Amino acid sequence: MATSARLTLEGATKAFGPVVALGDGSITLYPGDAHALVGENGAGKSTLVKIVGGVYRPDTGTLSIDGKPVEFSGPADAQAAGIAIIYQEPSLFPDLTVGENIYMGRQPLGSARRIDRRTMERDAREIFTRLGVHLDPSRLARGLSVADQQIVEIAKALSFNANVLVMDEPTAALTTVEVLRLFDVIKTLREDDVAVLFISHRLEEVYACCQRVTIMRDGRFVRSTPVADVTVDDIIHSMVGRELDTLFPKTETAPGEVVLDVRDLTTKGVFEDISFTVRAGEIVALAGLVGAGRTEVARAVFGIDRRDSGSVRLAGRELRNGDARAAMAAGMALVPEDRHQQGLVMDLGIDQNVALASLTRLRRLGLIFRSSERRLAETWAEKLRLKYGRLRNVASTLSGGNQQKVVLGKWLARAPRLLIIDEPTRGIDVGTKAEVHRILDGLVADGMAVLMISSELPEVLGMADRVLVLREGRLTAELSRAEADEHSIMRAATGQTAEIAA
Amino acid sequence: MTAIAERRATSSVALTILRAREVGLVLLIALVVIVTTVHNPHFIDSNSIEQLLSGAALIALLGVGETLVVVTRNVDLSVGSVLGLSAYVVGHLFKYDHIPVWSGFAIGILVGVAAGVLNGFIVTFMRVPSLVVTLGMLYIIRGIDGVVVNGERIDPEYIPTSFTAVGYKTLFGIPWLAIIVAVVVAIAGYAMRSFRASRDLYAIGSNPAAAALAGIHIQRRVFTAFVLSGALAGLGGALFLALHTQIDNSGGIGYELSVIAAVVVGGVAIFGGSGTVVGAALGALLLNTINQALVASRISAFWNQAIAGALLLAAIAFDRWLSLRVTKTLQSAEGAHRDI
Repeated sequence: MATSARLTLEGATKAFGPVVALGDGSITLYPGDAHALVGENGAGKSTLVKIVGGVYRPDTGTLSIDGKPVEFSGPADAQAAGIAIIYQEPSLFPDLTVGENIYMGRQPLGSARRIDRRTMERDAREIFTRLGVHLDPSRLARGLSVADQQIVEIAKALSFNANVLVMDEPTAALTTVEVLRLFDVIKTLREDDVAVLFISHRLEEVYACCQRVTIMRDGRFVRSTPVADVTVDDIIHSMVGRELDTLFPKTETAPGEVVLDVRDLTTKGVFEDISFTVRAGEIVALAGLVGAGRTEVARAVFGIDRRDSGSVRLAGRELRNGDARAAMAAGMALVPEDRHQQGLVMDLGIDQNVALASLTRLRRLGLIFRSSERRLAETWAEKLRLKYGRLRNVASTLSGGNQQKVVLGKWLARAPRLLIIDEPTRGIDVGTKAEVHRILDGLVADGMAVLMISSELPEVLGMADRVLVLREGRLTAELSRAEADEHSIMRAATGQTAEIAA
Repeated sequence: MTAIAERRATSSVALTILRAREVGLVLLIALVVIVTTVHNPHFIDSNSIEQLLSGAALIALLGVGETLVVVTRNVDLSVGSVLGLSAYVVGHLFKYDHIPVWSGFAIGILVGVAAGVLNGFIVTFMRVPSLVVTLGMLYIIRGIDGVVVNGERIDPEYIPTSFTAVGYKTLFGIPWLAIIVAVVVAIAGYAMRSFRASRDLYAIGSNPAAAALAGIHIQRRVFTAFVLSGALAGLGGALFLALHTQIDNSGGIGYELSVIAAVVVGGVAIFGGSGTVVGAALGALLLNTINQALVASRISAFWNQAIAGALLLAAIAFDRWLSLRVTKTLQSAEGAHRDI
C-alpha cells in the first residue's frame, strides 16, 4: 500500500428530510486494490455509492480524487473524473444496441461529427475480447440476462478508462459460474491499476476477491482493515454489534394451533421448497438479505403471485393457487412493504382508506356511506392511537408511521386470523416504531398469527417467537427465540456455516 | 464458434424484423394502390398520385417533429393549432404588408419556434406533463388564432403566385410540396441515426433514469425536440397556405390526431425509445392512401375514420406482439457467459 489513495471520502453525511441515510461515510480506495464495502441492509452503502457517483451531493464531508478535493454537480462530473458506477438496478437502454449503450454520449465520431458506428462496434468488440466474453455489440440491449447487462456495464466503465470502478451488489443476481467470471474481470482491472469498490452481502466473496474491507453500520463508518486481518466473525460482529433497546415490548405467549401451514412452496428461479407453519399467538419472522426472496414468498402465500408447486393451508383449508380474494375471505391479510404504492390510496381520505378492505361489510342498500366509513375509522384510529387532523383529510397528510397505522387498521378491521406484514417499520421514526411493535404484540396476545418480514435484525430479534432465515430463495435456518441472535441469523443469511465462524 | 455464428444470425433476424417496419409499410401502401386500381383504374393516373403525395406531405412533415418528441416519451398535441396560426399569420402579412415570398417560409417557421419554445419551457423547466401542456397550447393557440383572424379570410388573390407554386407545381410529376417534405424527412432520418444529440433523444425515451445517470442533458434535449416540432409545424403552416391558397381560422384543425396516428402506425413507440422519422412519414402516406382509396372505391367517407382507427389499433397490437417477439428472440440469443 505504498501507493497513494486514488479516492478518499471523509465524514460524508446525507439526510433526506428527517431520515439520516448516511451519518458518517468514509472510505479510501487505492489503485490496483479491490475494496469490499459491507454492512446490513440500510447501513448506508448505496447512499455512499451515489455520493461517489455524483448522484447525491453530500450535506457535509469531502471527496478527494488523487488527493485533490472535488465536488460533483451530477453523474457526468463523476464520469469525467474517471469514476464508473454499476448500480444495483440495471441502467441500460433496452431500445438501443449494446454498442450504443456502452458509448452513449461518447460515441466515436467521424467526419462532420457523425457517429462512426463501425468504429464504435469494433471498439466494443475489442473490450468484450479483453473481458473474454462474446457479446454482439450490434444487438439490442433488450432481453439481455442480468449477467450480460452487468458485462455491458463493465464494458462501459472500461470504455472510458475509468480508474475507479464501483459495483453495488453485482453478484446478487449471478450464478456461481458468472460470479467467478466477474472475479476474473476484477482481477484484470486490478492489474490495470483500477481501484475497485465491491459491495456484497456474501462474505465469502469478500474473501475471494478483495484486499481491504470497510464495514458500515447504521449509516456510519465502523472500521476499515485488510481482509487478511479479520475473520468472518469479526466482520459480522462489526456489522451488527449493537444493543437491543426498549423498542421491543415483547410479552411471552403460548402459541396455539397451527393457522398457516406452507408446504414445499416453489416458484422456479425465485424460491424453492419453502415449508413452515405459523401458529396462533406467535410472531414468525422471515429474515434474510434484500433479494433473498422474502417478499416473494409472502406474495405467493397470499396468492398475489402464482406458485409453481406446493400448498398453502389456512386453518386447515387449502387455498387456491393465485387467488388473493380467497385468501382474504379465509382470513389472511397482507400489509405490503411499499405503503405509497401498494398500501394506501394517498389521495383518498383516512376514513376511506381504513374502510377500503371492509366495503362489503359496510354496504347499506348497496351503497357505501361516508358516515359508516368514518365510524369504522374512528374505532381504529382510537385503538391504534392514530395522530391525525381530521379523518376526512387525505392519507398523504399523515406521517409515515401514522400511514402505516392506517394500513394496519384497514386490515385489522377485517379481523384476520393471519397477518402478513412486510417491513412493518421501514422509514418510520423511532417513537412510532415502538407503537407499531406494541400493536403487533397486542394482536398476538389476542391470538392472531403474525408472519413478519423484516430487514432490521433488532426488530426480528425483539419481536419474533421464531425466526426463519432465507438465503437465495431457500430456507437456511429455523431458529427459536432462544437460538436466534444476530450472529446465527447473519450466518444463515450470508451462507457462512457456524463451523467456519467458530 | 458455431455458437457465436448462430447468435449473430438470431440477433440479425431480430434486427431485420425491426427494420421490416418500413418495408412492411411500403408493401402495405403498394397493396392498397394495387387493389384499388383493380377496382378503379383511374386511381393510378398522375393526378391522383399528386393528390396522394400532397395530401400526405403535411402530415408527414408534422410527423417528423412529432417523432422527435414522442421518442423522448413526450407528446406534442399543439401541432395542428400551430400550423393554423402560422398559415394565417403568413397569409395576413402577404395581404397587408406584401412581404417577399421567401420570408413567408421564414416567418411561418418563426411562429412555430415561438410555440415550441413555450411548450418546451413549460414541459422541461416547470415539469408539467407534455400531454397537459400541449393540450392547453392546442386551445390557447387556436384561441389566439381566432382573435387574430377575427372572422376574416385571406383569399387566393393576395397570395403571391410564386408562393402558391410550391403547392401546385410538379417536378417529374411529383409535387414540389412532397419534394420539400421528402428532403426534410431524409435529412431528419439521417440525423436521427447519426448524431449524438439525436441518439440522446432515444436514450431519454428508452430509460429516463439511466439517461440521467449517463450524464445526458435531458431537459436541454427535450426542449430542443419541442422547438423543432414547433418549427416544422410552423413550416407546415406556410406550406398549408401555399397548397390551399386561402386561410381562415380553421386551418389545421384536428391535424394533431392525424399526425399522432401516422407516427404510431409508422412504428414510433408511443412510450418512447424507438421508431424512425421515415416510418412516421410512411405512416402518413399509408393513412392518406387508404383515405384516397376509399374515395376512389366510392366507399362512404365515414368509413375513413373508422379504418384509420382500426389501423391504429392494429399497429399498436402489432408493436406489442413484435416487442414480445423481439425480446424473446433476443433472450434466446445466448449471452456472454454460457459458453465457459
